[in-house]
Amino acid sequence: MAEKMTKYYVPDSSPWPLSASIGLFLIAIGGANFIQQSTEFGQNTLRNTGTWGQYPLILGALWLIAVLFFWWRDTIRESVNGLHSDQLGGSYRQGMIWFIFSEVMFFGALFGALFYTRWLIIPWLGGEGSNAMTHEILWPDFQAIWPLTTAPDGRTTQVMGAWGLPAINTAILIVSSITLTIAHHALVAGERGKLILFQGLTIVLGLIFLSLQALEYVHAYDMGLTLDAGMYGSLFFFLTGFHGIHVTLGTIMLIVMFFRILKGHFSKENHFAYEATAWYWHFVDIVWLFLFVVVYWL
Amino acid sequence: MTAVAAHDHHDDHHHAPHGLKRWLFSTNHKDIGTLYLWFSFAMFMVGGLMALVIRAELMYPGMQVVDPEFFNQMTTVHGLIMVFGAVMPATVGLANWMIPLMIGAPDMALPRMNNWSFWILPFAFTILIGSVLMSAFAEGNPSAPNFGWTFYAPLSTTYGPASTDLFILSVHMMGISSIMGAINVIVTVLNMRAPGMTLMKMPLFVWTWLITAFLLVAVMPVLAGAVTMMLTDRHFGTSFFDAAGGGDPVLFQHIFWFFGHPEVYIMILPSFGIVSAIIPTFARKPLFGYASMVYATASIALLSFVVWAHHMFTVGMPLAGMLFFMYMTMLISVPTGVKVFNWVATMWRGSITFELPMKWALAFVILFTCGGLSGLMLAITPADFQYHDTYFVVAHFHYVLVSGAIFSIFAAAYYWLPKWSGVMPNTFLGELHFWNSLLSVNLLFFPMHFVGLAGMPRRYADYALQFADYNWWISIGAFWFGISQLIFVAVCVLCAMKKGEKAPASPWEGAEGLEWTVPSPAPFHTFDTPPVVK
Ligand SMILES: [Cu+2]
Repeated sequence: MAEKMTKYYVPDSSPWPLSASIGLFLIAIGGANFIQQSTEFGQNTLRNTGTWGQYPLILGALWLIAVLFFWWRDTIRESVNGLHSDQLGGSYRQGMIWFIFSEVMFFGALFGALFYTRWLIIPWLGGEGSNAMTHEILWPDFQAIWPLTTAPDGRTTQVMGAWGLPAINTAILIVSSITLTIAHHALVAGERGKLILFQGLTIVLGLIFLSLQALEYVHAYDMGLTLDAGMYGSLFFFLTGFHGIHVTLGTIMLIVMFFRILKGHFSKENHFAYEATAWYWHFVDIVWLFLFVVVYWL
Repeated sequence: MTAVAAHDHHDDHHHAPHGLKRWLFSTNHKDIGTLYLWFSFAMFMVGGLMALVIRAELMYPGMQVVDPEFFNQMTTVHGLIMVFGAVMPATVGLANWMIPLMIGAPDMALPRMNNWSFWILPFAFTILIGSVLMSAFAEGNPSAPNFGWTFYAPLSTTYGPASTDLFILSVHMMGISSIMGAINVIVTVLNMRAPGMTLMKMPLFVWTWLITAFLLVAVMPVLAGAVTMMLTDRHFGTSFFDAAGGGDPVLFQHIFWFFGHPEVYIMILPSFGIVSAIIPTFARKPLFGYASMVYATASIALLSFVVWAHHMFTVGMPLAGMLFFMYMTMLISVPTGVKVFNWVATMWRGSITFELPMKWALAFVILFTCGGLSGLMLAITPADFQYHDTYFVVAHFHYVLVSGAIFSIFAAAYYWLPKWSGVMPNTFLGELHFWNSLLSVNLLFFPMHFVGLAGMPRRYADYALQFADYNWWISIGAFWFGISQLIFVAVCVLCAMKKGEKAPASPWEGAEGLEWTVPSPAPFHTFDTPPVVK
């Protein structure tokens, strides 16, 4: 490894940002068209009958993945060649912290919707406050109970219990946080064998979590808990689904880190990407703990 | 690889990249800042044209120019373009140009991500403007977004046109751009300051942008959540904004305004920073109450998270909720008042001269205060029941956004154009631009207070006959204001072509700060070695 820079590294011009924007553009126009042609829900009659959305969508997604690969390859090369000063490492770390903060706010909006529904919407639909007329005239049979197994318009659904798969998944994520911390300490202590073992273990736990989550979704659909089964289904799948997407992303990051460990990219002092991945994984765990309590349990 | 290794970082004078590549692949905060500024100016023109379509239709009662469906698309896209395409990118452009210069940093902290933040925007707005062009010219005139810039459910869910899905994904793109841009600003300010540049020595523009960036990172994800729920309500059968499934359209308004109110401070806080830079320069006195300005900005930002429902007083809320949001909103006028007081106190007994930036800044202080006071009126819950969704609201937010935010952006442009271009902006054209804008903006927006109080509702393509005279004058003001902005095009083009009096490093007599220690125009790389601030 080359000697570390002391000056702040400002990269030369790079084609990747513009290319990544083109990828997003293709995903947006393709995605909108594809969703319109492939879904039948809602009362929306002004539907576009597009038929070409999948091509820009798939092209854009592959394009974006390729661009990010090349972009990060450049960054990794700069890092391995010692162009990254400690100050730049600080920029990356702070940037990651604020990115995670933005994710916290995204989940905050979803949890906010959950609490607003439980504390205000459902009681009001049941006639509380000055809403007696809503209840009497529109949906006289409506029962204001949470979880909402019967929507005002009569759609019914089942409740997902907390103490089956979700409890097992909670344990898996907590253990994965511990194994990841052990791996992190092993990296700092320079114990390569232990690092590889516990990094691998964390990845396996992440994959088990995702498989069980998939199993739970199959089970949910079998018992009638679906995305379009009213507010309970909407919130259940939004919260667990977006969490699941984040776990998927985190697992991919852990796998990338696994291969970078094998290639010997990290040293005691220089392992920002690993640290960022670890923070991200812990963040995803903490979201799950909240989720387990307020979505499944209470 | 070789490009990376061969790059010699001890050579401060290596040539700048040329041609198209310089702009498309840039990692230079000045070039990216310039891109942001030109882009926002272009969007200002496009959004302005849409405003003129609206005013042409409203010049006389009855329907003359467009059909009501297209009118709705105009009000919607005008608002979206001005908020996300004109004002926000303009202040991001200023941040890009000025923050590294003000804190003595070699560039923004994450230069490639900086370029990505910018280049997402042209694509996002291609999608949005494309849907308007389709509506105007394509076969069958498929509607562009037509539900108002606040895209309330169910107008945007059950009744939204097909283009709503494109709109949703373009909002996602704008959000990605804003979040990355904001993270870049925060990291630059917290991690890249020159030795000796302590937090409480930073110019106020840097402070206000740091706090703006915090607001952006906090609320853009919430907006992303709202539009994602819209998308799934439209296509995947969720019930978030549908009472029949146990959801509530009012939930949309809560989530939207939790984003929306901090958003207005995202647009105005950088203006506070600009004015706090300009007034001390031309009053030749240090800013009065620097620390109180910092604390006032921070308290405005924090309060902005607990006032959102003042946009929803008429929607049906428990009394305690309405009182809470009323008092919290009124509380914001305290730190805002501190700011206005400090600007006036800075000028008190100063030796003031009235160069162009100062003129714009003074107009800002007075007209923004007018907008702030009408905001205070709107905060009073029982009064708001009368004002809600009338032209009084339109008058209020155009006073704070046009004669507020946009005037301060003009002030910033006239103040820093010498630094950006190396030539002084043309004074004759500048004076013409200022006086025409000042007079026309008041003709345009002041009578809206009257028609609003008299009960004229906003967002309609037609109105009752008693509002006819005022609306004629308002439209005259609108066209006058619109044409006046062409003068600014000339000012900018002259500066870009380097036509004009050559600017020294520090063209304004009373100006202080690191940005005036580098030559004009600022060289491609500045502060490669950080300056030491005493
Ligand atoms: Cu507000």
